Amino acid sequence: MSQPKELPWLRITRADSIPAREGRSVRLGGMEIAIFNLGERFVAIENACPHRGGPLADGIVSSQGDGVTVTCPLHNWRISIEDGDVRKPSGKGHACVRTFDVKVENGIILFRPAPRVSETAA
Amino acid sequence: MNTTRLVVIGNGMAGVACVEQILKHNAAFDITIFGDETHVNYNRILLSSVLAGEKDFDDIVLNDIDWYRKHGIRARLGVRVEAIDRTAKTVRGSDGSLTPYDKLIIATGSSAFVPPIEGRNKAGVFVFRTLDDTRQLIEFAGPGIKAAVIGGGLLGLEAARGLQVRGCDVSVVHLAGHLMERQLDPTGGSYLEAYMRNLGVAVLTNKATKAMLGNGHVQGLHFADGSAIDANLVVVAAGIRPNAQLAKEAGLAVNRGIVVSDHMETSDPDVYAVGECTEHRGEVFGLVAPLLEQGKVLAAAITGNKGPGFNGGSTVARLKIMGADVFSAGDLDETKPHTEVVKFEDPALGIYKKLLLRHNRLVGVILVGDASDDHRYVEWLRSATDLTAQRRHLLTPPPSPDGGFDVAQMPDSETVCGCTGVSKGEIIQAVHTHGIQTMAQLKDRTRASTGCGSCGTLCQKLLKAVAPEFEEDKVKVLCDCVPFTQDKLRDIIRSQKLKSVQAVLDIYGNSIGCEICKPAISYLVDVVWCGDHKEDRSARYINDRVHANIQNDGTFSVVPRMRGGVTTPAELRRIADAAEKYNVRMVKVTGSQRIDLLGVKKEDLPRIWADLDMPSGQAYAKGLRMVKTCVGNTFCRFGTQNSIDTGIEIERRLENLYTPHKTKLGVVGCPRNCAEATVKDIGLIGQDGNWQVVVGGAAGKGVRKADLLITVETTEEAIQATELFFQYYRENANYLERTYDFVERLGIDKVRRDTVYATAEVRQGLLDRLARSKTRSSDAWLERNDPRPTQFVQIQPLDNWS
Repeated sequence: MSQPKELPWLRITRADSIPAREGRSVRLGGMEIAIFNLGERFVAIENACPHRGGPLADGIVSSQGDGVTVTCPLHNWRISIEDGDVRKPSGKGHACVRTFDVKVENGIILFRPAPRVSETAA
Repeated sequence: MNTTRLVVIGNGMAGVACVEQILKHNAAFDITIFGDETHVNYNRILLSSVLAGEKDFDDIVLNDIDWYRKHGIRARLGVRVEAIDRTAKTVRGSDGSLTPYDKLIIATGSSAFVPPIEGRNKAGVFVFRTLDDTRQLIEFAGPGIKAAVIGGGLLGLEAARGLQVRGCDVSVVHLAGHLMERQLDPTGGSYLEAYMRNLGVAVLTNKATKAMLGNGHVQGLHFADGSAIDANLVVVAAGIRPNAQLAKEAGLAVNRGIVVSDHMETSDPDVYAVGECTEHRGEVFGLVAPLLEQGKVLAAAITGNKGPGFNGGSTVARLKIMGADVFSAGDLDETKPHTEVVKFEDPALGIYKKLLLRHNRLVGVILVGDASDDHRYVEWLRSATDLTAQRRHLLTPPPSPDGGFDVAQMPDSETVCGCTGVSKGEIIQAVHTHGIQTMAQLKDRTRASTGCGSCGTLCQKLLKAVAPEFEEDKVKVLCDCVPFTQDKLRDIIRSQKLKSVQAVLDIYGNSIGCEICKPAISYLVDVVWCGDHKEDRSARYINDRVHANIQNDGTFSVVPRMRGGVTTPAELRRIADAAEKYNVRMVKVTGSQRIDLLGVKKEDLPRIWADLDMPSGQAYAKGLRMVKTCVGNTFCRFGTQNSIDTGIEIERRLENLYTPHKTKLGVVGCPRNCAEATVKDIGLIGQDGNWQVVVGGAAGKGVRKADLLITVETTEEAIQATELFFQYYRENANYLERTYDFVERLGIDKVRRDTVYATAEVRQGLLDRLARSKTRSSDAWLERNDPRPTQFVQIQPLDNWS
């Protein structure tokens, strides 16, 4: 397994700088990450819709009984912010977006620049 | 005169349905109906749907006032009959009137039974029986209210769900060991209980209420086992009692109810009784189907067409809670000899089916969680079919060739509507003879689906199959997360005083919502409260979060307001400087007489707005875009009116407000129409000495010439007509409905009646609410001075990638 287990958590920003139910983008190295505040937790995904690269951080947080998703502001694709899969349009064959680990400690959002463990394991 | 004077005491479903049947016999009756409620005949069974917000009061009216008029029936509404004089053959009303009769029908119905519980007269204790009870409950119910429903039968459970949908925290308190014990066995009851719990309704069984606690207003319930719960709203749904007192005082034979023969005759040959007030062979009734059956039998008897008598009727019971399929019918006593029981259970799916057979014939059914086959069982019960050949398919129907239920395979004699007893054959005949195309017409003609409504889908399928021009009734819910129409949602937001999107989603939706409902609810909350609401930007589209229009590369376009399409050299200089400073990809003159700066980065937005020092043109918003003008009589040699100043003034008055969809206006100074006012949402066309105000024009996907709203003499009147329509559209259109669809849907006559030709109070109301919204609005671009957290800036990480 090439998984870099020992990668450190990076401090991103204060948790209150992302309003509830909204997303914000942050640039880390060569990557743009969208971090969402879901109220009781934060999640992070790659900030580019697999369709035409739309800024997912600018989308509306949504759900239609298939987990929490974000609706891309460009063409209403719905991307799961839990597993990164494309929920709409449905059907296989879409690339998914990467998901990442984030957590909040002492009011600061921490980010680990490796794909979420659950995803690589699955 | 040889007409028979017929008096009907009771304007409820049973009485009026019986009168409908009498009319079918074309007998010469002079009919008077007394009703102690002030309403026309409505569908009492659907009150629970009104409480749950699925239907409006208007939706459940069965016979409107025109029906009474059309049939020459005197309706004495709000008059209670206090005495019957069988010797003089008169009835005395609560208004003191004496009405003579030759024949009398008593249809006084039943009342809610309130057990003698200590404290039952406290405020906050209700029954759930009439339209007025329902209104009171709706008024009282809401978030934060703890409600207890005493009685876990059909009515109690429906009341509980209705209150819960209105935001109450609800418990059902039931005396018996399981819910709906008259219709379900203990296993069926436990499946239903699980379903109710899942909905968030608490269920307490084996609970005898001993006292209602509280000082003046109810605060809780105390039970016989010593336990107690808090409750500031209590609904007693512990059963009904026939209203037989009037008949008893008149000396008619009365036990529990008014004793009737198989032909609904009482002990007096000129007096009949029908409905829940009757007692037939020792039975009293509470479900609708037998009462309608009684009405048919009575109508035949009273008109001299006596046919087969009433034999107890159907025992079909259905619970009307959306998503809870609960159905029960027939004899459920499995201890009787020769009873065979056939069962199916799937706890994970919450499905329980139980059939009781005797001698290979169906005698009883219980369905919980899946009642999709109920019509089959009703038919088997009715016809007492020998089921030997169907033994392999008792619990699930044999697959039909097209994979779904096939209406063509239903025999013509099969009952479609169990409540009104309308068969498939009758529906087909009605469709052919009367050219029925819609469900509304079908209901009107045949009365099918006017009872509990559960056969609605089947009726639709039938109509689809046999009516060549079938049209679906247009009821469009907002989306799957919030399954209500927008009109309904507006009501809910207003009556439940919901001031944020999240409050609506938490109570009426799935608490998260989606890109369809969130912006729509944002709009509705804003317009209902005239801007005095809790604005939640997370529910708005990105354009409304950053007040610019997102482009295909994630950058934004910036369109400053240029009222009336008029600008100045100084503004143009600032625009040119800003365009260079922020490297905008393109400067484009728009079709709306303004200038678009395309390709601005999100983080540059506040700065470019400051540099421009012009208000937002709302080119990104569902709101007032612009008022396009021609130069009018200020310059033009043909101009007859001052279109520029008028346009600028209108833009000032309406800017910064949200509308259901984008709204574009045009003002022209003469009928040459250089600013295309006749294809705008609202257009003003100046003529010599007056203005024409036109609405609902379109020049987009389709082209529609605007309809004339009004012609007025002064400019101020023209502006006011504009404001009236603008606010009317804001308040009544569906979100994302353009004015041209809105005007088309309502018809210009209605729009006129409700705006420029409405009463002074109505017009003032529209203007006042518009003014209130306007005071609370402001130029969105001023948010640059006090942005929300990281509204425009990209987050800079505290630690860097190493």
